[in-house]
Amino acid sequence: MDPSRKRKLRLVVALTAAVLLATALIYTSFSASTEASKPSQLKPGRSYDLTGKVVPGSIRHAGDDLRFRVRDRDGTASVPVTYTGVVPDPFRDGREVIVSGELEHGTFVAERDSLVTKCPSKFTKDEQTS
Amino acid sequence: MEYALALVVLAVVVGAVLSLPLRRRGEEELREETMLAELSAAKEAKYREIRDAELDHQMGKLSDADWRSVDRDLRSEAIEILRQLDRVEGHVPEGGMDR
Amino acid sequence: MAGVGSACLAIALLTALYAAAASVFGARAGRREWVTSGRRAIYCVATLCIVAFGLLEAAFLRSDFSYALVAEGSSTDTPTFYKVTALWATQDGSLLLWATLLSLFASTVLFLTRRSLRDIAPYATAVLGCVAAFFLLLMVGWENPFDTLATPPLEGAGLNPLLRHPAMMIHPPMLYTGYVGFSIPFAFAIGALVAGRTGADWIRATRRFALIAWTFLGTGIMLGALWSYTELGWGGYWAWDPVENASLMPWLVGTAFLHSIMVQEKRGMLKIWNVSLICATFTLALLGTFLVRSGILSSIHAFGASTIGVQFLIFIGLVIALSAGLIIARLPQLRSEAKLDSLLSREAFFLLNNLVLVGLCLVIMWGTFFPLISEAITGTQASVGPPWFNRLVTPLALVLVLLTGIGPVLAWRRFTPAALWRVLWPPVSAAALALVLLLAFTNAADSPASLAMFCLVAFVLVVVGMELARGTKARRTMTGESWPRSLARLTGRNRRRYGGYLAHAGIAVLFLGVAASSAFLEQRDVRLKPGDTFEVDGYRVTYREATAKLGGDSAGTGAPISFGAVLDVRKHGKHFVMRPSRNYYSSGDASLGTISRFFEGEATSEVDVRWGLKRDLWLAVRPDIGSLEKPIQEADRKFADSPGDVQALIVAALAERYRRDPPPAAFRAIASPLVMWIWIGGAIVVLGALVAAWPSPEARLRRVRSLYSARLGRELSRA
Repeated sequence: MDPSRKRKLRLVVALTAAVLLATALIYTSFSASTEASKPSQLKPGRSYDLTGKVVPGSIRHAGDDLRFRVRDRDGTASVPVTYTGVVPDPFRDGREVIVSGELEHGTFVAERDSLVTKCPSKFTKDEQTS
Repeated sequence: MEYALALVVLAVVVGAVLSLPLRRRGEEELREETMLAELSAAKEAKYREIRDAELDHQMGKLSDADWRSVDRDLRSEAIEILRQLDRVEGHVPEGGMDR
Repeated sequence: MAGVGSACLAIALLTALYAAAASVFGARAGRREWVTSGRRAIYCVATLCIVAFGLLEAAFLRSDFSYALVAEGSSTDTPTFYKVTALWATQDGSLLLWATLLSLFASTVLFLTRRSLRDIAPYATAVLGCVAAFFLLLMVGWENPFDTLATPPLEGAGLNPLLRHPAMMIHPPMLYTGYVGFSIPFAFAIGALVAGRTGADWIRATRRFALIAWTFLGTGIMLGALWSYTELGWGGYWAWDPVENASLMPWLVGTAFLHSIMVQEKRGMLKIWNVSLICATFTLALLGTFLVRSGILSSIHAFGASTIGVQFLIFIGLVIALSAGLIIARLPQLRSEAKLDSLLSREAFFLLNNLVLVGLCLVIMWGTFFPLISEAITGTQASVGPPWFNRLVTPLALVLVLLTGIGPVLAWRRFTPAALWRVLWPPVSAAALALVLLLAFTNAADSPASLAMFCLVAFVLVVVGMELARGTKARRTMTGESWPRSLARLTGRNRRRYGGYLAHAGIAVLFLGVAASSAFLEQRDVRLKPGDTFEVDGYRVTYREATAKLGGDSAGTGAPISFGAVLDVRKHGKHFVMRPSRNYYSSGDASLGTISRFFEGEATSEVDVRWGLKRDLWLAVRPDIGSLEKPIQEADRKFADSPGDVQALIVAALAERYRRDPPPAAFRAIASPLVMWIWIGGAIVVLGALVAAWPSPEARLRRVRSLYSARLGRELSRA
């Protein structure tokens, strides 16, 4: 094989690999992703990452379950959540949370250990405004 | 007030430090030192390459033929650097590098 | 003194801009005195930054709450160690840390190269001046750390309790040192491009800086993982959080850079690739800083509304546009000096390792920015979780570890499969042996990926061991020295090579820990009353009693209230005691109720870990203070206006009540095998990097006897 053809072949192989990786990325990420949703946008029958703020005063412990309400970051619509598993340290009233699960009979049933609380205070700007 | 005062004082100090080299124009002799330093660095790098190739050869990572040609090239490049080094050193007093 | 600090920053900004202008003018006009002046300007910037940093640090130490930053991030009851470190837990303070580190690094490298790299150094000075000016501009224009409050509060808000962990306080400066360090090779690469000197000079001058930056960034990442494991209360060390990813991306591309520059030094190839890699590394470092600041991606570390996101984006855009433009303009000079002779060569495998590393970085980047991507395409924000990352990263990591083993034994230019087999059959048989043993004696087959990783680790370790043995043997036959002496001399004289191999071994050990602990951990979440027992991975754990401490927990975080548990653990006749606890910090919000506010602030888990080479037992407790709710509310009513010492008594009584009659508490226990080897592996990598970065003996000798060594060299080359 002459050198220029060899180079071309290498280029083709490299490009093919790149295209394959890109396709794998796009395909897997879109099929594995969960949609983020505000409480006001939830629809039953599919799973979401629920984002919003914990309604102050709504946190209740019931046995192993944790119950609280999450409301829109900039609104009043809210949804009750039941959750089991580990509760992150920064979790409390008014905090922004992300929790995965599904809406069942008007209650958002969260997957075990899926609760994430944003750590608000490394740079305290946001604590002062909220 | 404190801010303005500090601003003026710092500006004057920094300005003085920065204008010093501009007023003193004795930079010419530095040129040879610079070249010397650059050549020495190149020489070190070349030596390291020679030793590295040797080690590679001993460890079987370079074939005999490859090593011989690589080594020949590296050594002739090193000799060229040494020649230049000698030329520059002719203008620099003994030990000039180490100041 | 706040005025002096602000003035320092303003003058530093002007000086940095002057440094850029003077050195470019000096280089263009051939006026060396301007270049010297520009270089000194960078020293001045460093001095001014250090003064500013010192002033701010002093304000933190004496708790001067007239500084907005001190009032926000510190308090009188914050322990001294955390007062010192609270500076960079604030946004403005961390910008100052960035600028200070940058100007220090820049001064060091410019001082070391003051007599060499005549053509490149002035432009590098200009680049470093511009980067410093950007950070100073952010502070002077938007985020002045010396902002003062007209009416200083009596008490500061205090440092976030979550951050009161030794690892967390060293972690940011480590990351920053890494980020900042990569700006040095970046600046010299740009300088080399502008000057048209595209040989390996700039690499030689800054390779060590790149290596040091890489080491710091890696250490920072490891410390972040350690913090996550011991402080965050969920028991994992890596969560594919955007902020974690942001630090990993420049590290991966930086790793690729450290490998591919060897090809340029040795063969004069991959020049375009190398300058592109270092530009990408620096851009990713900026992106890392930006992600932490901007809050555009939701993350547990997201820092909310930031005022400087746009400025960062503009700067990153400029860096990308300028470096890309420059590389394209210099394409003719960046031609390879040699061709790739064969795909079966060390060069080709270096390229392959680079592609895997960059591929990993791209995967992580895609996942990290996926919420933005999906919003742009489908209109809704969607995110990918850890399972997605694990699925894509695992195969790439396996290939990477395989290459870690193959790379060191390959020959330059070309090799034959037969020759390769001759050196590879021992490690391959070691891997096969590991496979057989693991299948026969363990349940490793439950996780094929981990099983493959274990075999690859055996492969890499044997390769590194054999390389050392073969090198020593070769030296011994040449010199006739004793074995240990040969080994010491061999590694001492080829630090870069054997330091690198050591780092390879460390990476293998690290992945051993990752593979074992991710696939074979056992986790239990239980609620226990005192006296209850549960089992996890053969450990019998009994909740003996509750504890309640006021003031001064054992970790020295300055927490006022700490509820915990004492547990007896038994396994195979061995017995030990573990004491996890949970700290409660009072809230500054008086509306919560006089007594309630003591319990309504931040709370953090103080995990107890029984470290072990074979497995860790990790225990966290979450006391149920719900049972105290009623008495607390009662106390709120009764003692609404009580003075401080009465409040303290009440809280003490409540704590005592909890200790004597504790409600069931929630426990999480994790037994994960070989986690310790992650930290050990990380330490080995750092050690290897230090060995590789240490000045070689001949370089030190040169400083003493440069002229003689030249003569010596002549002899060497004649022989």
